[in-house]
This record gives sequence, structure tokens and C-alpha cells, in this order.
Amino acid sequence: MKQEIATPNNGNSLAAECVDEASVLKILEKHDEDRGGLIAILEEIQREYGYLPEKALRVVSDKTKHSLVDVYGVATFYRSFSLKPRGKHLVCACLGTACHVRGAPSIVEELEQQLAVKAGETTADMEFTLETVNCLGACALGPVVVIDGHYSSKVRKYRVGQLVDEARRGFDSTEIGNDQRIFPIDVSCPHCNHSLMDEAFVIDGHPSIKVSVSFDHEDGSLRLSCLYGHYRISTELDIPIGTVVNFRCPHCHVQLPSTSDCSVCGAPMVPMLVYGGGMLQICSRRGCKNHMLDLA
Amino acid sequence: MITLRINGLDVSVEQGSTLLEAARFLGFPIPTLCHMDGLSPYGACRVCVVEIGEEPKTKLVSSCTYPAEERLNVRTASARVLRARRMILELLLASCPQSKTIQDLASAHGIRQQRFKQEYEDCILCGLCVRMCEEQMMAKAIGFRNRGQNRSIGTPFDIKSDVCRLCGGCIYVCPACQLRCTYTQPDKAICGGCANLAPPCLEKEQFDDMMCYMDPCVACEVEKKAQKER
Ligand code: SF4
Ligand code: SF4
Ligand code: SF4
Ligand code: FES
Ligand code: FES
Repeated sequence: MKQEIATPNNGNSLAAECVDEASVLKILEKHDEDRGGLIAILEEIQREYGYLPEKALRVVSDKTKHSLVDVYGVATFYRSFSLKPRGKHLVCACLGTACHVRGAPSIVEELEQQLAVKAGETTADMEFTLETVNCLGACALGPVVVIDGHYSSKVRKYRVGQLVDEARRGFDSTEIGNDQRIFPIDVSCPHCNHSLMDEAFVIDGHPSIKVSVSFDHEDGSLRLSCLYGHYRISTELDIPIGTVVNFRCPHCHVQLPSTSDCSVCGAPMVPMLVYGGGMLQICSRRGCKNHMLDLA
Repeated sequence: MITLRINGLDVSVEQGSTLLEAARFLGFPIPTLCHMDGLSPYGACRVCVVEIGEEPKTKLVSSCTYPAEERLNVRTASARVLRARRMILELLLASCPQSKTIQDLASAHGIRQQRFKQEYEDCILCGLCVRMCEEQMMAKAIGFRNRGQNRSIGTPFDIKSDVCRLCGGCIYVCPACQLRCTYTQPDKAICGGCANLAPPCLEKEQFDDMMCYMDPCVACEVEKKAQKER
């Protein structure tokens, strides 16, 4: 059989030395009760190191009932596990049937050229790892390329370079407008129906959403980015992270009536009417990024 | 006891036996490749197919893994079984023609040609070696790695295993072995290189053929070098 695992040792011998047995043991301890939880253990190790170091796998087999062949077999079976150190950015191109017929092979080729690695490899500077998958379940949007969890749909060859550059700079600093999932919304008060948009105060190049807020004994106003999926806010108050804030309409001064609690942190969700029908709910806790959009 | 019908004969066999065991016990031959007494059934090669059920809803199952069921109607050599078995053997022959075991099976089933793309796999993933190592040698030194078309047999990390007993059991059971190691004298069936229980090639950093770990064989190469110098 041809060996597919290229250079099992050379590549990661350096990194393997950084594996600290104690931290692996800690992970194992957490999963102590849960018998047969090998995949969960490996997932956690991978989260910690970005890949599965040989030494960590040996520790796992030493300390659990799983033999090294079994651990190794599972680790090589699943695509999401990697035995080689991976780059800072993970570029994942879909080569599933739908993406294939829409030209994914040429996209992969272009990525290979731009990054100067073959699919499955990591660039020498440890910046990028290029991987391919067989279907991400978004076939209608193919060819799909996922870079660090950011999905790009209908990727054309000329966009590849741009995507790679964006990834290099980090997606957080990318210009809004390129990301399909971030879009502006207009909202109004669910009580008086007055628009909450403030044309005069611009955030991210769009009018901001203005609300009055209070917490403890402090009062003031707060402006939110109207870009759905963006969390930029601006306020003269100094709101500590974790504070649950009261939101009021700056026009009718009625508290925005909460009807549900945040599924993440349990604080009340604050509703706003979306122009065109629908309801936006944001979590009232400072720092919690939970938000939902129900379009009618 | 379980009563079932094999090839039209009503018979009883012990609870918990497989169709293969039942048929063999009664003297109906079923060819096998990945089955071996003393190892757990695995069902990888499908050479042992039999037909079960009533017309027109019969199906083909691997007899080495299928448990004998009450009143099951089994045919071990119906036309459908023979056709399927021949196809399986032809495919096996296409992937691993050098295997004596497969050649013998194929010829016993009257296969005179092979219509598929010829490959020379050194492993048919029958899992015999893995089960041998785990169940009889209690070593668990080798196992399956990867998935799909990249699936292969070997040691973790492809380096010499520290739990391998160097017993040679895995090589012994392998049906895909092109040759039993013959050192440089093909007329000798066994070179003794393996019999000393430390095949020289095992000491090497990496070996990618499990069947005879010996590609290229150190001992053989030493001999070749010596011949050249002569
Ligand atoms: S030689 Fe090693 S790998 Fe092969 S069966 Fe024996 S213990 Fe297992
Ligand atoms: S190496 Fe031989 S015994 Fe092991 S799975 Fe492959 S063909 Fe079967
Ligand atoms: S590897 Fe070489 S020495 Fe060992 S059995 Fe095969 S031919 Fe003989
Ligand atoms: S084929 Fe690419 S997402 Fe399904
Ligand atoms: S012998 Fe039954 S599947 Fe191989």
C-alpha cells in the first residue's frame, strides 16, 4: 500500500517536543468518566495543538484502554483530524460533485498555485494549510471555499488571490461589503414604531441604531452598528463586560419589551422591529454576541 | 439447536453458529479468503457469499458473518451465488493477481480471464493480519489506517512498533503475499530470514509492505551487492 501519511515524523518532530504530557493528561482526566470517548479526546487535543502530535497520541493510548493502533486508526480515519501541524489559516476548498461541475478543480489549482502547496499541505511559513473536502452541504452556492470558518460562495478564479490576501490580513479587518453574511438592516421601536436609525451618526459607513440605555444608576445612549453580524457599538458610557443593560426607545422612552431570554447567557433578549417585516433580537448583556433575526 | 434448510436439506445446527460453520459442518463446501478458524469473522472478501430467503426475495450475504437463523433457507451454490462469486474472484484477481491463494480460488472456479484494469496491490485489506496480531498474538501492533481508497495496513506512524513480537504471524496468514520470502534463492520456499524471527527489514525506519515486510529486503540487498562485487 502506498503510504498517504507523508513524512510522519520529520515534519512535526520539532513541534512534538512542545507537547506537554501534563496538558494531555488534563484533557484525559476531563474525559475520564466517559468511556469510549476517544473521538472527543482527540478533538480536544486537536483544539489545543491544532493537530494531533504523535506524543499526545502515545500518551492517550498509554492512559486509556485504547491501543495505539486503534488511536492511530481513528486519528487517520477522520478528515477533521490532522497528524501534521497545520498552518495559521485553514483554507478548505469543496471538491464535491456540485462544486466540481461548477469549476472547483480550477479553483483548487489556483489556490495551489497561489499558496505554492498541494492540497493537503501546509506552506513553509506555516501560514496556510490547504485542504479539500467532498461537499460542505452548500451545493447551490458552489464552488465553495471556506477560509478560517468564513464561507465564500460561487468563487471564481480571479477572486482566489483576493480571498487569500484577506485571510492573511485576518478577516476581522476585512472591508464590510465583501462578506455576504454581513448586511445592513433598518430597525424601529416595537412600541412606538419610530425608526431607531440615526443618519447623523455613522458606524461602519452606515447609519447607526440609536437606543437609550441604563444600568446601575447610569443613563446614556448607545449606538449599534446596523450591520447584521457585526458587533461594533459606540457609547459615552463605560459599560463593564457582563453587565445586563436596559434598553429604551429614545423616542417614546419605553423599555424595549423582552419576550425571551438569551440562549447563551440567559439575559433578556431585546427586540427591535426590522423594516420590511421581521424581528431582530439582541442579547442585553454587554459582551454577549448572541443575536437573532426572524424575517417575516 | 437451530433448524434451517441448507441446499434443500433440513438440518439442525448449534445455536450461535454462522452459516459458514453450519454448511461446513454438514459438508457443503464454501470457499473463503478472509475467514480463518480461530479469528473473529470479518466479512471483507465476500468470497463466501450464499443466497438466503425465499424466491423472489432472496439476497446474497457473506456466510462467514451471517448467523444461522431458525427456518432460514440457504443455498450455497445456486446459479446466482456462483455468478457473484466468480465476479468477486475476478475482481480480486484484477487487484492482486500475484497472490497464489487468489489464483487457486479463481482457477478452482473456472475463471480463465480477467476483464478489468490490472493492478498489483500488495494488500486486499482482508484484515487477516490485523486479527491475527490482535487475537492470537495479543500484540495489536498493526491495524488499519486511513479510509476509503487510502486505507492501508501498518503500524502506527509507520515506524517499528514496540509491541510487535516479530512472530511473523501476520505474514503467515496474508493471502496477498507475492512470495513467501525466498531470500535470493527462489527455489527455496523459505529463506530462513524470517525464521530467525527478526526479519532484518523490520529494523528499518519505514516499511510499506506488510505482506512481506521486505521490500526491499536488507538481507537480499546485501546478497545482491555481494553478487555485483563478485
Ligand atoms: S509479527 Fe508483529 S505485527 Fe505481525 S502478527 Fe506478530 S506481533 Fe503482530
Ligand atoms: S496485509 Fe495481507 S493479511 Fe493483511 S489485510 Fe492485507 S492482504 Fe490481508
Ligand atoms: S525479507 Fe529477505 S531475508 Fe526476509 S524472508 Fe524475505 S527474502 Fe528472506
Ligand atoms: S459539492 Fe461543494 S458544497 Fe456540496
Ligand atoms: S470469508 Fe466471508 S467475507 Fe471473506
